[in-house]
Amino acid sequence: MEHYKMNLTLKVWRQKNNQSEGSLETYQVKDISSEMSFLEMFDVLNEQLIIVGDQPIAFDHDCREGICGMCSMHINGRAHGPWTSNTTCQLHMRAFKDGDTIVVEPWRSKAFPVIKDLMVDRSAFDRVIQAGGFISVNTGNAVDANSLPIDKKNADDAFMAASCIGCGACVATCVNSSAMLFVSAKVSQLALLPQGSPERESRVLNMVAQMDKENFGNCTNTYACEAECPKGISVANIARMNKEYLHASLTTES
Amino acid sequence: MAFDSKIPKGEMNEKWNDYKGHVKLVNPSNKRKLEVIVVGTGLAGASAAASLGEMGYKVKAFCFQDSPRRAHSIAAQGGINAAKNYQNDGDSVFRLFYDTVKGGDYRSREANVHRLAEVSTSIIDQCVAQGVPFAREYGGLLSNRSFGGTQVQRTFYAAGQTGQQLLLGAYSALERQVALGNVTMYARHEMLDVVMIEDRARGIIARNLVTGELEKHFGHAVLLCSGGYGNVFYLSTNAMGSNVTAAWKAHKKGAFFGNPCFTQIHPTCIPVSGDYQSKLTLMSESLRNDGRIWVPKNKGENRKAVDIPEEERDYYLERRYPAFGNLVPRDVASRASKERCDEGYGVGTTKLAVYLDFADAILRYGKIEAGKMGDHSASEEALIQLGKDVVKEKYGNLFAMYEKITGENPYDMPMRIYPAVHYVMGGLWVDYELQTTVKGLYALGEANFSEHGANRLGASALMQGLADGYFVIPYTLGNYLADEIRTASISTDHPAFIEAEKAVSDRIETLMNIKGKQTVESFHKRLGLIMWDKCGMARNEKGLNEAIEQIQALKKEFWSDVRIPGEVKGMNPELDKAGRVADFIELGELMCKDALARNESCGGHFREEYQTEDGEAKRDDENFSFVSAWQYMGESDWKLNKEELKFEIVKPTQRSYK
Repeated sequence: MEHYKMNLTLKVWRQKNNQSEGSLETYQVKDISSEMSFLEMFDVLNEQLIIVGDQPIAFDHDCREGICGMCSMHINGRAHGPWTSNTTCQLHMRAFKDGDTIVVEPWRSKAFPVIKDLMVDRSAFDRVIQAGGFISVNTGNAVDANSLPIDKKNADDAFMAASCIGCGACVATCVNSSAMLFVSAKVSQLALLPQGSPERESRVLNMVAQMDKENFGNCTNTYACEAECPKGISVANIARMNKEYLHASLTTES
Repeated sequence: MAFDSKIPKGEMNEKWNDYKGHVKLVNPSNKRKLEVIVVGTGLAGASAAASLGEMGYKVKAFCFQDSPRRAHSIAAQGGINAAKNYQNDGDSVFRLFYDTVKGGDYRSREANVHRLAEVSTSIIDQCVAQGVPFAREYGGLLSNRSFGGTQVQRTFYAAGQTGQQLLLGAYSALERQVALGNVTMYARHEMLDVVMIEDRARGIIARNLVTGELEKHFGHAVLLCSGGYGNVFYLSTNAMGSNVTAAWKAHKKGAFFGNPCFTQIHPTCIPVSGDYQSKLTLMSESLRNDGRIWVPKNKGENRKAVDIPEEERDYYLERRYPAFGNLVPRDVASRASKERCDEGYGVGTTKLAVYLDFADAILRYGKIEAGKMGDHSASEEALIQLGKDVVKEKYGNLFAMYEKITGENPYDMPMRIYPAVHYVMGGLWVDYELQTTVKGLYALGEANFSEHGANRLGASALMQGLADGYFVIPYTLGNYLADEIRTASISTDHPAFIEAEKAVSDRIETLMNIKGKQTVESFHKRLGLIMWDKCGMARNEKGLNEAIEQIQALKKEFWSDVRIPGEVKGMNPELDKAGRVADFIELGELMCKDALARNESCGGHFREEYQTEDGEAKRDDENFSFVSAWQYMGESDWKLNKEELKFEIVKPTQRSYK
């Protein structure tokens, strides 16, 4: 693979805190290597800013290997940038060329208020999980793990749903700011497994109620969430959740 | 100061049962009055907070990330060990115990390791009950794979995302307790000190990372589950935020630090590509099940890997260690890579890399698949395609990650890999109950000096984190809290809280007022280089002495010339980072002193002066069969205390994987 250097223009959303107005600011970066990660390019920019006495750009990041779900930038109009099945931290600069202008904004959703610059508050996701994204089993209550064989296909599908990293790209990319992909992934994982069946109905009802309470929008089947999901979570999970929800609504006394 | 490992008396395989049978209990109505602080929400912290909440204690949990689900346990790839013997291949609690003590090069505490092996099986049961989707066979039963340093298949896994699945399981249990009101969660909070009242830990000072405000929190006990300190090397496979601050503050308040120099350098990571690099990425050890490691037989080889014929390749692990081959423990594999590269056989542009090659495995799997279909005349091309599909199912996410980072396709050409800092076996010294030398202050998971001795076996970190949180602390903490039922909650207006808060606030002011010229990041990088060069994969007396001098000088420079932009109030990630780097600098000095004091080689600690004729680590059991427990005495001043290790069951021998 050929490596190269590039000079870039960055337009980055700056916002002091959630009370203040924000705006796009323009920065130049030089001699960026195509081997760098996108966040390493931001590290370089931040070092420049600190040296000249400006404020560095605040952005969320932690593992930098695409699994913790903490990074969250909207890059040139796409959640996590131009590569598919990818997180911002795994985006590398070979995706860009010399002279490019890159626009970077935070996730935009009423349910994800901006904290500072590119950082947003995604605690709504935690509250949706609190509403039912678990199996109620206290430590020490478990039976032998192999006493409950699970059909491999269901186990694999549950795993695929469980690989959601909770980054919020689905919400950020949806015209309605819907969290259906995130919520349905957890509902599906637990609905596909026999361990999840005792709470199957209350779980989907409670999680959906919480999702609505958090100001996430409705799903209108644009499938943008699946297209931008870094882990390729399928919209089939949304269909499964709708089925679970309908079933629970019709069979649960209210 | 108390320095008793509190190992229960009796036969090794009865100690834990006996302990549980006689430990003090706290009745349910008293549990409600007892408050417990848990710092960190990785596998150890989340499982502890959830379990203690379920039991009825009032728990406050803290993490610096935006959600407890982000803790770096999430990045663990390969798997979790348990002595289930589901594969009928001769595994047992004793074997897991034995492998772990041997793998740790006889520098761990036998009683703790035995307990770990005993509870390992319950962990798998608990996780499956929570809905953790482990890999399964077609019959619906759980699947296992091999990991380094063992000859049985005892590793449970969920593709290359085992840590993620286990953490999300523990996180869901934690969030359930939050919903029930038993746990209060403080995300985007960082612990900046332990509050001591008389001789006990009674709470913490934490900074709200969004508002910048300092908060005082009381607890009858404080549990540090804050992970490891591999980022002292700047470049490591740890997350960017992983730090030693919580453990270091505890150390300065009296908690001894155990074996600080014991660092695990993982053999299979993606090599460094440039000086802008911010972190390194692991390629799971599970890849060594199928990948073969080699370098060219000729120095200065310039052909592409695929063009180098078989007879000109040196599969040096298979050559040197025929019994374990590519699955030797991590310390052995890392040193062997370094040896080949130092001798000039390295590959890639930097020549600091070796190949991890899947071509043989792809062909082997292809033949098996063709055989299943009854096709015995498939072309090699067809076999390779079938084999690639199998490899993709096993390791797809790892291969994709490799390709994203390097731009190279590992299905067609071998991966280039090199060792990188991955884990620390050292940490806060704890007794059998996981209590540090400070009463009421506990350390769990990677944060303690733990059961891994001088080298951790693969898939054992997840096991230890969850063992500590789910199955050990719920018992051992009760033994302490049973005597605390008469202690009413202490107001955070108590002078000890006011004083601790002021000390934290003064330190922050001091940092902000330096207003120097150099960035925090630049200091961290320089510290990392010193540590990697002189306290990394190989150490010697001269280098360590130089490192100590350099670190002391770096510390002076930091405290007179660091530049932290922004304000104390409000969010300031540079300020957070500065506090962490300041602590890393102090820790770095202690690590070098520890490495210097240990005049032997063992596990991941390789002192060049102490090696066998064929370059293996040479232990000195007569003089160094102890845990180094360092006591903080003042600036750059530590006292070495020794916990003698007595081996009742596993007799130390020269560790051989040949």
